[in-house]
Amino acid sequence: MIHFPTSEQDVAQYLGAAKGSVTIQGGGSRTLHQPAGDTLSMEKLTGIVDYEPGALTMVARAGTPLADIEQTLAQENQRLAFEPVVMNDVLGKTGASTIGGVFASNASGSRRIQAGAARDFLLGVRCVDGAGTIIKNGGRVMKNVTGYDLVKLLAGSWGQLAALTEVSFKVLPISETEATLSVAVTDPVAAVALMTRVMSTPYDVTGVSYDPAQGVALVRIEGFEKSVSYRSAELRQVLAPFGDVDILSDLASRAMWQALRRLGPLVGQSGTLWRVSVKPTDGPAVVEALHGAPYVMDWSGGLIWAVLPSDFDLRASLSQIAGHATCFGQGHSLLHPHSAGVAAIMQGIREKFDPHHLFPTHSKAA
Amino acid sequence: MEMPVPSQHRLDRKSELVLRLRAILPADCVIDDPMETRAYECDALSAYRCPPMAVVLPYTTEQVAQTLKICHDLNIPVVPRGSGTSLAGGAMPTSDSIILGVSRMNDVLDTDYDNRVIRVQTGRTNLSVTGAVEADGFFYAPDPSSQLACAIAGNIAMNSGGAHCLKYGVTSNNLLGVRIVTMQGDILDIGGAHLDAPDLDLLGVICGSEGQLGIVTEATLRIIHKPEGALPVLLGFDSNEVAGACVSDIIRAGVLPVAIEFMDRPCIRATEDFAKAGYPDCEALLIIEVEGSPIEIEEQLEKILAIAATHNPVEMRRANDLQEAARIWLGRKSAFGAMGQINDYMCLDGTIPVSKLPYVLKRIGEMSREFGLGVGNVFHAGDGNMHPLILYNANEPGELEKCEAFGAEILKLCVEVGGCLTGEHGVGIEKRDLMDHQFTRDDLIAQMNIKDVFDPAWLLNPAKVFPLDASASRRDGGM
Repeated sequence: MIHFPTSEQDVAQYLGAAKGSVTIQGGGSRTLHQPAGDTLSMEKLTGIVDYEPGALTMVARAGTPLADIEQTLAQENQRLAFEPVVMNDVLGKTGASTIGGVFASNASGSRRIQAGAARDFLLGVRCVDGAGTIIKNGGRVMKNVTGYDLVKLLAGSWGQLAALTEVSFKVLPISETEATLSVAVTDPVAAVALMTRVMSTPYDVTGVSYDPAQGVALVRIEGFEKSVSYRSAELRQVLAPFGDVDILSDLASRAMWQALRRLGPLVGQSGTLWRVSVKPTDGPAVVEALHGAPYVMDWSGGLIWAVLPSDFDLRASLSQIAGHATCFGQGHSLLHPHSAGVAAIMQGIREKFDPHHLFPTHSKAA
Repeated sequence: MEMPVPSQHRLDRKSELVLRLRAILPADCVIDDPMETRAYECDALSAYRCPPMAVVLPYTTEQVAQTLKICHDLNIPVVPRGSGTSLAGGAMPTSDSIILGVSRMNDVLDTDYDNRVIRVQTGRTNLSVTGAVEADGFFYAPDPSSQLACAIAGNIAMNSGGAHCLKYGVTSNNLLGVRIVTMQGDILDIGGAHLDAPDLDLLGVICGSEGQLGIVTEATLRIIHKPEGALPVLLGFDSNEVAGACVSDIIRAGVLPVAIEFMDRPCIRATEDFAKAGYPDCEALLIIEVEGSPIEIEEQLEKILAIAATHNPVEMRRANDLQEAARIWLGRKSAFGAMGQINDYMCLDGTIPVSKLPYVLKRIGEMSREFGLGVGNVFHAGDGNMHPLILYNANEPGELEKCEAFGAEILKLCVEVGGCLTGEHGVGIEKRDLMDHQFTRDDLIAQMNIKDVFDPAWLLNPAKVFPLDASASRRDGGM
């Protein structure tokens, strides 16, 4: 059964009475694994509740499509600075990504290394836990340390704890212009050396990725005209020792990062999508474990997206590396098992939020 | 300020507790002489004091774990302490508790520029984290004004901010991993040099939990490369409304300053008398700082000045060099000291939506007359984090209570207009009893549930954050 609540009260009533398994779903565009039991679809809980461009804050109901949010922001020349990755193309999904889904999956894109993750921009939530209790936490102001930060606990919790009904978040202005320096690089070791080097400069790089299929590392800078042109020139010198440098100006640069935001380099590859987060200098070791499968590196080398044969479990090859891996479609979300102490705390928190075990868990380890 | 009645049962166990602690810890780690424990009777909220039964100052995470195990066994509450600079009473003990301070654990464990992280023991002061990497061009961004003294442990407990967090975020946005010891003495590692959490984001809820979930002994922190330079501009306006509108216009124009500081007339006057920074005598003053290379600073300052000019400023003064910059910052940096020259003061910390600024300042002015207590406002305008400073005379009977009542009304106002009780100082004991104005009981239960999981006996910093009646049944469970 699919339920489509149209108000927070509906959600509370439904979850208060629910039995069996319930999978909370936004637009279903970035599903981690096959839904079990009933589906609680948030798609009809929509609408922007409040938007204050001068305060850089917006409040919206969880089912509001990401596209609507971004369009409204763009009219005020603002955006979601964490650049949420859009997974429709790479996962072959038609559903419209929702703002609640973006935060529930902590879906951050390339600018995450400079601006922060989705979880860093989420200021407040209203939600309904597995007992049907309505809970609010955080608020709509940028600085708030009043009580525990359940906002961050709920960000990226993938529907394991509660159904988000309303989210409040920080937005930022769209840069006046941007540029991308593109450097020919042939292997991930050289790419990571380049990427970590540019992140150790004062030039406020907002994206740094490597696409092995094209053999290029990309370095993005954004801001006002004179500033971007100054930093382009400085970075060109920093990058010269690594290979030939091309500069893509404003529109070409934007198009390039839009494509990466949709994981363009991996669209059409057959297999299962994996997402691995490690420290940048461990990136090349992850690539080695892929055995030639298609991949793309982001976050200075610390984020690896790869498409692997469906029967291949990457985690076994990465036992010596700290970090985590998520497999889309099969529901694994860990590189290593939690320590017993951490596992007990996570289980304890799940029990508190979801005493009747309605929601799925994702902590299966290798 | 009401605190739970000390448990005689616990007080009676003091000698057994001290004996057991001495048996496993180096001699200088355990302090129980009342002359010496007095030094730990309060933090920077010095109106409230109470010496603990004992003070433990370990050298290692293992010693922290052993201490907590013993206290857990004996059912003794533990109040964690960094440097004791909390303005909210976060490190204030009760007479039946011990203080566990991490000040001796202050080493840098690992510095990794390629991955832009530093791992430190949490007794290290905020400023000395930057000190460890600045020769190589890096810094640690969160900059609470107590940064010379405050410890990373306390920064994590309170999720500290600072003047520059408009651009760089608060502690939570710069914290990548922790080693944390639970009340039961378990040592857990959460997060690390990689980004984001697998499964539930425990790090997110640990940061800002005011020492109630565990004692963080090591932290992995984001370090970033310093900008090439920074310069401020000073703007004076005839009204708070206009200054607020100017801030809003600057933000909307896409300029993202690292700091936007706001002072009102009472604060400007006090500061001028004290520091003689040459500030104009006006209703509202903004100090806006931008970063980058000289070309970039120039570009941003031009834009800011052009916007400001449309708001009829009474003064626009840009710094052209570091000396002029220091002069512009002089008054702002002496603001608290200047107010302190006039009288005792209480510093509040509510946050409001930026658009509500003029209304809130007007209401504070009205309330100031009603209560008969002066108030100066200095705050981080970019993110709406206010710091009203209420003046009172601590030696005058009843003035502290009147001041607290005034403060409570201001904080309720912050909540009423869509803001919150505390933006960066934390709840502690100071705002504990106002929590019901911001949260429903269900909201508070959801938070207390987290503490139930980490610390089922409610022994870590127990009488803080939540209204006493809300946490009573949980705290009594451990008796």
